[in-house]
Amino acid sequence: MHKMLNIKIDGKPVKVPENHTILQAADEAGIHIPRLCYHPKLPAIGACRVCIVEVEGMKQYPPACCTKVNEGMNIRTNTPNIRMARRDIVELILDNHPRNCQICEKNNNCELQSLANTLGVREFRYEGERKKYNADSSFSLTRDPEKCILCGKCVRVCAQIQGVNALTYAYRGFKSTVMPAFNLPIQDSVCINCGQCTLFCPTAALMEKDSTEEVWKNLHDPEKTVIVQIAPAVRVAIGEAFGLPPGTDKTGATVTALRMLGFDVIFDTQFSADLTIMEEGHELIERIKQNGKLPMFTSCCPGWVKFCEHFHPDFLDNISTCKSPQQMMGALIKTYYAKKSTIPKEKIYSVSIMPCTAKKFEATRPEMNSSGFRDVDAVLTTRELIKMIRQAGIQFEKLADSEFDDPLGESTGAATIFGVTGGVMEAALRTAYEVLTCNELPGIDFKPVRGMEGIREATVEINDMKINVAVLYSLSNVNKILSEIRAGKRNYHFIEIMACPGGCLGGGGQPYPQGATDPLDKQFYQQRAQGLYHIDQNKKYRKSHVNPQISKIYQDFLTQPLGSVSHELLHTHYHVRTPRGITHISEETVSL
Amino acid sequence: MTITVKKTEITPEMKKKLGQLAAFIKSQTPLHDNQSLLMSVLHYIQILFGFLPREAMELVSEQLHIPTAHIHGMATFYNYFTLKPRAPYQIFMCKGTACYVAGGARVLDKLKEVLKTDIGENSPDGLFSLNITRCLGCCGLSPVMQINEDIHVRIVPEKIPEIIEHYKQKHKKKNIESTQTEIGGFEHPAQ
Repeated sequence: MHKMLNIKIDGKPVKVPENHTILQAADEAGIHIPRLCYHPKLPAIGACRVCIVEVEGMKQYPPACCTKVNEGMNIRTNTPNIRMARRDIVELILDNHPRNCQICEKNNNCELQSLANTLGVREFRYEGERKKYNADSSFSLTRDPEKCILCGKCVRVCAQIQGVNALTYAYRGFKSTVMPAFNLPIQDSVCINCGQCTLFCPTAALMEKDSTEEVWKNLHDPEKTVIVQIAPAVRVAIGEAFGLPPGTDKTGATVTALRMLGFDVIFDTQFSADLTIMEEGHELIERIKQNGKLPMFTSCCPGWVKFCEHFHPDFLDNISTCKSPQQMMGALIKTYYAKKSTIPKEKIYSVSIMPCTAKKFEATRPEMNSSGFRDVDAVLTTRELIKMIRQAGIQFEKLADSEFDDPLGESTGAATIFGVTGGVMEAALRTAYEVLTCNELPGIDFKPVRGMEGIREATVEINDMKINVAVLYSLSNVNKILSEIRAGKRNYHFIEIMACPGGCLGGGGQPYPQGATDPLDKQFYQQRAQGLYHIDQNKKYRKSHVNPQISKIYQDFLTQPLGSVSHELLHTHYHVRTPRGITHISEETVSL
Repeated sequence: MTITVKKTEITPEMKKKLGQLAAFIKSQTPLHDNQSLLMSVLHYIQILFGFLPREAMELVSEQLHIPTAHIHGMATFYNYFTLKPRAPYQIFMCKGTACYVAGGARVLDKLKEVLKTDIGENSPDGLFSLNITRCLGCCGLSPVMQINEDIHVRIVPEKIPEIIEHYKQKHKKKNIESTQTEIGGFEHPAQ
């Protein structure tokens, strides 16, 4: 237990534990001190100096985010001097920032913009030299150092949460820039494209690579049949942009909106998620029966897959060979569906809507062309879809529900929970249990694999066989567990790994948290998760293998799980990537 | 300006030096923790190679388990470290007040013109690097310029081509005398 201290904030006496900073104390007392570089889950570095306060007896204005409270401290957060100093600081940041808010992608979602507005900056009083850099982009992300205000949130989330360390500060003083190692293009770095940095960036310095123009072009092309698929996590988050609480199920409205945008055929990534379970479940059974490489890792998350290729190449054989649901759907659209509908595959333009920036990269992998063409032509994040809906003038909140198209639109509740951490595991267990025991599952919810902790483990008994499973998210957790597996300290059969905190629902392409909510806020992610569990509960089918369309596609086309057609269309391989990633576990690594 | 650190050509000499570096790191790792060792390793590289080649930084990253991004960050933070080979002739033109008033700026323009380079860059022939300094402590003799160990005083722009030519000739002569080129004007660390 920490000792409680008596302090005063703006004249109000409060009791706070001694390990609190002034900012934490103020937050608890209901006083919001303005901030830019602070995030409750990341180590405080006092980079932006916006959170300065006045403390009686101190000559300078200390930054509230990294000043600990003392007994009897008398803090003032809102004096004329502090207000002026704070505004000066923001004005100086703005002086070295492009003044083109109207044409900036982050307009109305920019923390710097809203802070300047709140603090009452009404004129540019400082005119100085402005830094000049070229923007850089990969398949997934764009980086524009001119818009960077050096708050370092991206650097910290990349190092402490994801353990990737793709970005750091380089140079110093006026020349300080956040960049990948050796100032190489982000494409050539160890960046895994998870896009968490885009959720944390207060300005538009880090953004997803925009594909909306390309999709519009194809939507308006009369020659093209544009087919779209939507990932589970999108449907419970998209409403947030239109004033709905997180976790609101907007599946039907999203389908309607997609039709209005001009997409010709609308499929559900959940169908191929069910298919993933069929393939991956059988692969697991096979590996266990035939003494194959264990533990087996899930392969749905392209961020994790690239991470493994850079950082843990010794574990590449442990990743399931199954393609991710996005790529399975992509392959089926241009083979199975093209044949069935007699649309020539070269006329099909395949789009997927994902909560994820790494999916953009995944779609460009050269091995993802089972149909002879690129299987998925364009990937839009949830944010980009929201932008297109707005551009088209669609009033999303007023839309009626509509249904997915046949035959790749039918799905089960097991597929819906792919969007939340632990969901793939739960879906796989539901199917594996019934396939192995030939009995019906007594209770359908595998509660031990649910939750919002970054590392969870459980033992499931199937046919007297004990299967050890683990569910991980955030790659610094993965670094930790993998090194323990190497050391023989942990023993698992099956591990679900998602790069983003909370699973896909906390993906790098999801809507920016609205209002005072921070990214990584567990309660906020819990709400999105509840939305998915709710959909699952109300589904007619809740186990992947009972999906009638899945049985049909095996009958008509794929023959059997792990069969030769599956092998060609639904499975893939991985390879070692350079530059070699360095696993660096620092004391500051944040456990979620 | 910020530069992109490209790969260096791996010559036998470079290979030998990388081996030397690996041995140095190995000898030091039991004594220090990796993070605090980084600084002295980078110093060692700067002296050994005359600059910080990407291959050397990558080697350090692997051996000390420190991400390359962090190493690059540190290498660019300190002025002592350079990412490009240093030219054998380091020109420091004084831009302090006295030299500036006495026409130092015009001398600097002439230097840029003759060397076909900019401040902080190497000349295209790789012989000279042009830098700015703030005071060399002999303002009475301004404008002042330092080239390696030599101080040139009361310079006028017209004298610049002659001075530069002098060093070019000097370098040529030195090259003929010894076939072994000295990298970056630094001596190799004792082995």
